[in-house]
Amino acid sequence: MDAQETLLKELLDKQAKGELKAKDRYAIPPQQMPEQDSVARRRTMTEVALGYTATQARLEALRCLGCANAPCVEGCPVRIRIKDFITEIAAGRFDKALAIIKENSLLPAVCGRVCPQEVQCQERCTVGKKFKDPTMSVSIGRLERYVADLDKGNAETPHIAPPTGKKVAVIGSGPGGIVVAADTRRAGHEVTLFEAFHKPGGVMVYGIPEFRLPKTIVQKEIDVLKQMGVNIVCNFIVGRTRTIEQLMKEDGFDAVYVGVGAGLPKFMNIPGEHLVGVYSANEYLTRANLMKAYAFGKGADTPIAVGKNVAVLGGGNVAMDAARMAVRLGAEKVYLVYRRSEAEMPARIEEVHHAKEEGVIFCTLQNPKRILGNDAGCVVGMECLRYELGEPDESGRRRPVEIKGSEFVMDVDTVIVAIGNGANPLIQQTTPGLEFNKWGNIVVDDNCRTSMKGVYAGGDIVLGAATVILAMGQGRIAAESINQDLK
Amino acid sequence: MTYKIVSKKQLSENVFQIDVEAPLVAQARKAGQFVIVSPDTDAGERIPLTIAGADRKAGTIRLIFQRVGKATAQIADIPEGGALGYVAGPLGRPTHIEKVGTVVCVGGGIGAAPLLPIATAMKEAGNTVISIIGARNKELMILEQEFAALSDELILVTDDGSYGRKALVTEPLKEVCSRPVKPNLAIAIGPTIMMKFCCEVTKQFHIPTQVSLNTIMIDGTGMCGGCRVEVGGKTKFVCVDGPEFDGHQVNFDQMMRRMTAFKDLEKKAMEQYQQHRCKIGLK
Repeated sequence: MDAQETLLKELLDKQAKGELKAKDRYAIPPQQMPEQDSVARRRTMTEVALGYTATQARLEALRCLGCANAPCVEGCPVRIRIKDFITEIAAGRFDKALAIIKENSLLPAVCGRVCPQEVQCQERCTVGKKFKDPTMSVSIGRLERYVADLDKGNAETPHIAPPTGKKVAVIGSGPGGIVVAADTRRAGHEVTLFEAFHKPGGVMVYGIPEFRLPKTIVQKEIDVLKQMGVNIVCNFIVGRTRTIEQLMKEDGFDAVYVGVGAGLPKFMNIPGEHLVGVYSANEYLTRANLMKAYAFGKGADTPIAVGKNVAVLGGGNVAMDAARMAVRLGAEKVYLVYRRSEAEMPARIEEVHHAKEEGVIFCTLQNPKRILGNDAGCVVGMECLRYELGEPDESGRRRPVEIKGSEFVMDVDTVIVAIGNGANPLIQQTTPGLEFNKWGNIVVDDNCRTSMKGVYAGGDIVLGAATVILAMGQGRIAAESINQDLK
Repeated sequence: MTYKIVSKKQLSENVFQIDVEAPLVAQARKAGQFVIVSPDTDAGERIPLTIAGADRKAGTIRLIFQRVGKATAQIADIPEGGALGYVAGPLGRPTHIEKVGTVVCVGGGIGAAPLLPIATAMKEAGNTVISIIGARNKELMILEQEFAALSDELILVTDDGSYGRKALVTEPLKEVCSRPVKPNLAIAIGPTIMMKFCCEVTKQFHIPTQVSLNTIMIDGTGMCGGCRVEVGGKTKFVCVDGPEFDGHQVNFDQMMRRMTAFKDLEKKAMEQYQQHRCKIGLK
């Protein structure tokens, strides 16, 4: 028996005698996530975080105080009964833990990996508060992932209500669409899930890299939908292949959920952005993930430029994904250029940490002024300016102020722009009567109903830029509205 | 959905015409729109091809493409009765069709294919259509009969004089524009360099000119931004803002440079594929 197993046994014995006090729980060391070596993983696409062992999971679960008011649940967009599932893990009843999670979340293996727990459930954790350090909170996400990964898919297909004779169209097969499809199918409706790409999964397939979210996990969730009898149609661009109006008036759909996700990538609007070697993060990641450009010439046919020196512009999770992908594609130097300081970066701490471990060079308080090209129109450098932090702006973050005359040239041949997305214009171009705000996002009420009867929307097309879990949360609300309205 | 190739014709050494089963696309498509296709269902390259025509009853669309890289070579190797990996579309904004008077339609090389449905629609809208179709040589001239049938006047040119007039398309275009009754609209589709020079001609005569751009794309729905071009000093996405633009506003030089982004890798893929074909005995 190793030290951890011994510790677990001691703690369980104590608990059995009713002697396990809060101070004992505080004393349990937070369980670190086993990870691939930070040097070895720079050349592989396989997942970085390897997952807890059973002993680790139970030890981590025993750190939970089981607060009566469970503040963590308040922090969860889909209100998973966190305290209860953790209690089951501590007791070694992993199946039960998973069943509790599945009451509220359809994609635990995904959310356990990509949810920003540190600003949701874990931010509110009493243990973290006690230590005045959010990184000391119970690792709820890792526990969720642990039990989700044990799920071998042998579980019975969710119960489906008798056929209602009603038809639901779900547009977009990302996290929101998957939830809507599952929830409306359970209610007995005939459900068709439409996807524009040739593979379902949305951002989980084209955007989030394999090393952070293995594609087999997403495929498993899609397979569950198929087992439930959801009809999945790929290569179908709603608005163009069929309009929403045609779906409802001619094809007999009673309800349509619009979850088309991120739209037009934003650029910096600086000179040189049209040069060869400048990508949007969407393009770079889609080439690498969906089209498997990392295997170019070895079974995949979509090319990607393997830059020698790569600059990624932005400080969010997508910027981290792009930078870490560039490392894996063989770049010698990868710079992450962000105009504020690291404290203001919207990316998850874990992603920042992983990127640094993998050798990404953080250039904070810097911003490009123009991208420099040669006669052939290829990137040969990027002129940047240095910044300092001034007074807080309307976002509450300290405003970056440029330092006059601080221009310098960064030696790069590839620039990846990861500063967010505007709304996709396709639905707006093709759906008269649907209300949009001035940014092109669909306007919905609290229950995800749009201005058109029978049409619902959620995720990035409504929220601008969101996360997997927020899209799922909206999907859940929309599905509830659909199920109610179709009664 | 099987995307079966129901008929296949080789129009010249490297140009192929296929009719593909895609009933929803056949029904929805309008002149000027394109599809994204791939030779296989997984990691094959996604390429945009303009729709050259459709048969709604049969549920098929017509694609005419030139064998230039691996993806097009793979598609060219699929026999009649075989199937594409997938077809997604129709994409892009349809051509704005209205009666303007006289429309001069210029098609260069493979560009004659996307031009055909637009010229047809312009004719059906009541316009007088003058077509100028150019190719490098006689062998590469396509769709002559189709254009002859729909045009009020047809001018054929080849670079080497092996068929029609020995000229570049810009020469007859300039003559047409110089006539006492100027055309009201020009449409030019073909190699980027050809569109650029056509626009330089029509600009002198102040004739509004539409061009259809065929840039590098992945999704074709506005998500990746790989297709971006500068039009009138602003960044536009060919897939959702185009593919047709005011030719006098397009930054063609920049577009031509962007088209070369992957040329070395594309060449490598093509070479690999040709070697592979030799090994498995395809010709």
